[in-house]
Amino acid sequence: MFVYCDTAATTPLSKPAFEAMLPWLQTGYGNASSIYKMARDARRALEDARRMAASCLEVSHENLYFTSGGTEADNWAVKGAAELGGEARRHIVISAVEHHAVLHTAEYLKKKGHPVTILPVSGDGLLDPDTLRKALRPDTAVVSVIYANNEIGTLQPIAELARAVKETDGKILFHTDAVQAAGHIFVDITPDIDLLSVAAHKFGGPKGIGALYIRRGVKLPPLLHGGGHERGGRSGTENVAGAAGLAAALKFMTENRESFYKKTLASRDRLIDGILSAIPYSRLTGSREHRLPGSASFVFAAVEGESLVLQLDTLGVAASSGSACSSASLDPSHVLLAIGLSHEVAHGSLRLTIDHARTKDEMDFVIQSVKTAVERCRGMSPLWGGGAPLRMSGWE
Amino acid sequence: MYTERVMDHFNNPRNMGEVEDYNAEGTVGNAKCGDIMRMTMRIEDGVIEDVKFKTFGCGAAVATSSIATEMVKGKTVEEALKLTNSAVVEALEGLPPQKIHCSVLAEEAVRAAIENWRERAGEE
Repeated sequence: MFVYCDTAATTPLSKPAFEAMLPWLQTGYGNASSIYKMARDARRALEDARRMAASCLEVSHENLYFTSGGTEADNWAVKGAAELGGEARRHIVISAVEHHAVLHTAEYLKKKGHPVTILPVSGDGLLDPDTLRKALRPDTAVVSVIYANNEIGTLQPIAELARAVKETDGKILFHTDAVQAAGHIFVDITPDIDLLSVAAHKFGGPKGIGALYIRRGVKLPPLLHGGGHERGGRSGTENVAGAAGLAAALKFMTENRESFYKKTLASRDRLIDGILSAIPYSRLTGSREHRLPGSASFVFAAVEGESLVLQLDTLGVAASSGSACSSASLDPSHVLLAIGLSHEVAHGSLRLTIDHARTKDEMDFVIQSVKTAVERCRGMSPLWGGGAPLRMSGWE
Repeated sequence: MYTERVMDHFNNPRNMGEVEDYNAEGTVGNAKCGDIMRMTMRIEDGVIEDVKFKTFGCGAAVATSSIATEMVKGKTVEEALKLTNSAVVEALEGLPPQKIHCSVLAEEAVRAAIENWRERAGEE
């Protein structure tokens, strides 16, 4: 058996998305900005995709701009908003649990002289609207808070947070990275939200395409300059097949949202409960209640995450970890540290993310595989003995 | 990212565990950085008769510990002290750049165990 449990990394292309893309790859390959019929057909497909995607997100198609993905959308939103702030507004506010696309963009802007505030979160990974309110300054240009975290699945109270910002100062722009949330849950784009990023491959669309919602009236300067595509907002030859795939995937997810949500949640809960009861010295990370339906994330004492992922791979489970070992630094993920885990504990992290297509039997197989993998790692670990962790802070 | 040789040592670790009646023990690394290696040895007449490891760490940490035990087993203490991290990397047919520190840890674990044996011998 092989069970894919890494949908937060990427998802398989859904059938509707695949079918929607095909006509624009080989026969309908015309450049959507040219003027002959073949090109006009491509243009129509692009605009149909925009309308369809916008209608799924319940926003106007005029406010949706295609990008190369979530990272570009986040870069464009944060850098553009910072630039819009001009000399008077240079301050940037983000949460401590942002995706690297926002975190590293903010760090880049800090090097360029922008003051940056990184807000702490609770042990569940939640940002308190009062904490946000207090961090706002007269020179704040933009606030960026992730809608749903990619590592621990925590859902932020985005509407409340955006409201807190606008109540304090209507001129501060509010951006949210909704890459993990879109398609899987209802993403509420309230009038307080100025900018919102999505990426197709997280909801059954193709890689290499995403979108940025820009509220009407926000004159976001472009990130990419060139031929003036996307109404001057984002230059670069339009990815018609990608846009068609994004729209079809989002439509498929939106039409089936309730049933997919229920199926995913049932599998996810079986997985969480099964793992926590089968494996001693295991803990769920992030909020159990305010959580994406397909997200299960854990820490296991005396186990190192990368080893665990490699063990699971040999057992037939594709998973991921926020341990340090995939990065050049020796620090574990900033998200796990932000929710208060010690370095020792954070090294033993595992993320299992699933979609609606998973079955009970598959979940039972995953539970058993995780148990076996953890036991193998602990059998090798000098930090494990007599059925308990040895010399490890954070597990007393 | 890992060579087949690394994966082989990860999936089939050699000399994993603890030597019974060990007379040399070395632990290096720390949990904070995500790598701890513990080597135990039985050294008789200056020869490493037996060696085993236990490792908390990534795939490369397990593989470097495993291959290092193979490289020093049956060797004299003097020969074992000549083990370098680059020899460990070479034996594994390469490691990703960010994993080189794991091979350094393996070299240090061997040295720490031998150092411990010398200390014990001095006390007797």
